Amino acid sequence: MRSINLFFQLIVKFLLLTQLVTAGTVYAASSKAKQIINIAYLTQEQAPPAALSNLDPFIKDKGLPGAELGVADNNTTGQFTNQQFVLKAFIVPLDGNIIETFDKNIAGHYQFVVANLPAAELQKLADLPSAKPTVLFDVATTDDELRNGQCRSNVLHLLPSRAMRADALAQYMMKKRWSKWFLVVGPNPEDRLYADAIKRAAKRFGMKVVAEKAWEHTFDARRTAQSDVAVFTQVDDYDVLVVADEQGLFGEYLDYRTWLSRPVIGTQGLIATGWHKTHEQWGAVQMQNRFKDKVGRWMEEQDYGAYLAARAIGEAATRTKSNEFKPVKDYLVSDQFALQGYKGNPLSFRSWDGQLRQPVLLSAPRSQVAVAPIEGFLHPKTELDTLGYDQPESQCQWSK
Amino acid sequence: MMKRNVLGLCLFATLAGQVDAETVFVTLEKDNALAVVDPIDGKLLKTVPVGQRPRGISISPDYKYLYIATSDDNTIKIIDANSLKEVGKLPSGEDPETFALNPAGDRMYVSNEDDSMVTVIDVAKKKAIKQIKVGVEPEGITVSPDNKWVISASETTNMLHWIDTKTSDITDNTLVDPRPRALGFTADSRQLWVTSEMAGTLMILDANTRQLLKTVKFAAQGVTADKIQPVGVVIDKERKRGYVALGPANRVAVVNAQTFEVEKYLLVGQRVWNLAFSPDQKRLYTTNGVSNDISIIDLDEQKVTKSIAVGTYPWGVAVKP
Repeated sequence: MRSINLFFQLIVKFLLLTQLVTAGTVYAASSKAKQIINIAYLTQEQAPPAALSNLDPFIKDKGLPGAELGVADNNTTGQFTNQQFVLKAFIVPLDGNIIETFDKNIAGHYQFVVANLPAAELQKLADLPSAKPTVLFDVATTDDELRNGQCRSNVLHLLPSRAMRADALAQYMMKKRWSKWFLVVGPNPEDRLYADAIKRAAKRFGMKVVAEKAWEHTFDARRTAQSDVAVFTQVDDYDVLVVADEQGLFGEYLDYRTWLSRPVIGTQGLIATGWHKTHEQWGAVQMQNRFKDKVGRWMEEQDYGAYLAARAIGEAATRTKSNEFKPVKDYLVSDQFALQGYKGNPLSFRSWDGQLRQPVLLSAPRSQVAVAPIEGFLHPKTELDTLGYDQPESQCQWSK
Repeated sequence: MMKRNVLGLCLFATLAGQVDAETVFVTLEKDNALAVVDPIDGKLLKTVPVGQRPRGISISPDYKYLYIATSDDNTIKIIDANSLKEVGKLPSGEDPETFALNPAGDRMYVSNEDDSMVTVIDVAKKKAIKQIKVGVEPEGITVSPDNKWVISASETTNMLHWIDTKTSDITDNTLVDPRPRALGFTADSRQLWVTSEMAGTLMILDANTRQLLKTVKFAAQGVTADKIQPVGVVIDKERKRGYVALGPANRVAVVNAQTFEVEKYLLVGQRVWNLAFSPDQKRLYTTNGVSNDISIIDLDEQKVTKSIAVGTYPWGVAVKP
């Protein structure tokens, strides 16, 4: 299946790793001036979306508290390494201009920017000449295109891509032998992208999409879901219903209302995510507690992404003893980089597309069902690379 | 089923003039209890309730008292090692998990994971006498046998903090491989052995220079690198061999303590976590968190001889002669 090439790379990387282990550096407690590492956090205010139910309040500040916690952790380390991490948040108003804010306040002042922005805005930012000597830590998008044909060399992606999520679900479905999928797609372009990732995963793992339908019923189905869904789901037999509804406009209404008694997975039901409140293994319960004590709510996926972004900068700055762009960035994308992310495996960036390789959580609303990669899915380098676009499949050109 | 003489213990028992009455204590995180095991007969003698979520365990140098961190009670309990009755509590701070006693047994150092602190306790007075600020999520902690150093390892900061026992101040910090978990000194206090859960390594440091002597990378056949997550580490008194629990790899690595070569991987129970020697150092006891048992390794034979079911989530282990 895999090319010989990959195997050679594996051997080379292993050799590099064994030579470059830099443990044992001694830091004396000293009184000289602290090295400052400046980090910008850039986001835009969001208009609250239409509420599907009254259960989950709209969270205005997803992301920022994660970056703050990450920087606080960096500074706890920094007191011993004589480094200080400073975070400055730039929150562009609803009617404000992100590019203007960047050019005016960030360009030239900050080399490490945590960006919590939609895909289109992130692309515009990445293409600015003034953004070339920066690393943009994308803590919001899941677009596969931004990690393939439209990849940019100054962007690192912290959250799992749609392909990684779909592959995680597919691995679990394969283990359960739920191989016939009924795909239900929402009305937004993002839903279509999610559905594409699902189809790619189905093909990759030998599953079959036996039926596909677009949801055309009402989006406030609190009163009518019972009849709508039963009629809508009368298709040929299938094992599992896969829903693509990223905004959560109707997906929650499917479970328990389908014509046949079938489970719901995808963007609702059993979801694939980078972080979830049900996750508690590998020290995650400590992280959940620390976040909740500080912020007063559960850690959301963007918070986790922003936490990891800040910690990645911290880890690279500490190991290289530098606050300069080049050594820190080189270290981030090197084989030596290993980030602890409370998910068992060390996390690192894929050299071919800047995606953070990481386990993907499969979560039901109140319990963790599995963590992908699922046992038995093998890879010559790391099983984490069974999720998403592997090196031979990648269409990203920046690393070449 | 296995006879005692097969274990090679017959001779020892005869020389001692009686059957060795050593007792193994195992904390059971999920059962809120302490398992009491006779390792010679290979029997679970009894299970005693000790408080909420017991994890770290240690025995006083005179073997009279057990100290048990009951994490969800936010205290360290003092248990009479004979009657198994609770005789006191120590002010450990919140959510205590791991701690270390000094050789005299009059000072205790506790890792406060959520607060990034180490609490120093005067054991006789049952009082916290100092709190030391350390890195994020301190976990592994140990005191050198010569009572010179307390070493605290912070998991998220990836650092060892060298605390001078005389002043209880940090005098040095060493950056190590990611997510350092457990620490152990050699009996002569000259080397510090540290496990890294994320890198799958054992680092051996010179305690005088605090420089790295060697990084041992574990790789067991048939186990993916991701599964090798080293935790507990102990080194025998003669510094012939050290032993490292490899977590979900379900193996204990046997490391030659002179050459630092890995000699062997011994298959034990699932998610092997913590380790303790028998007083004569002829056996090694391992807690296996997922298979709910302990394994007994005969160190002369370098073989796993027995596993004993003890209860749910066995965590820490202490041995009384």
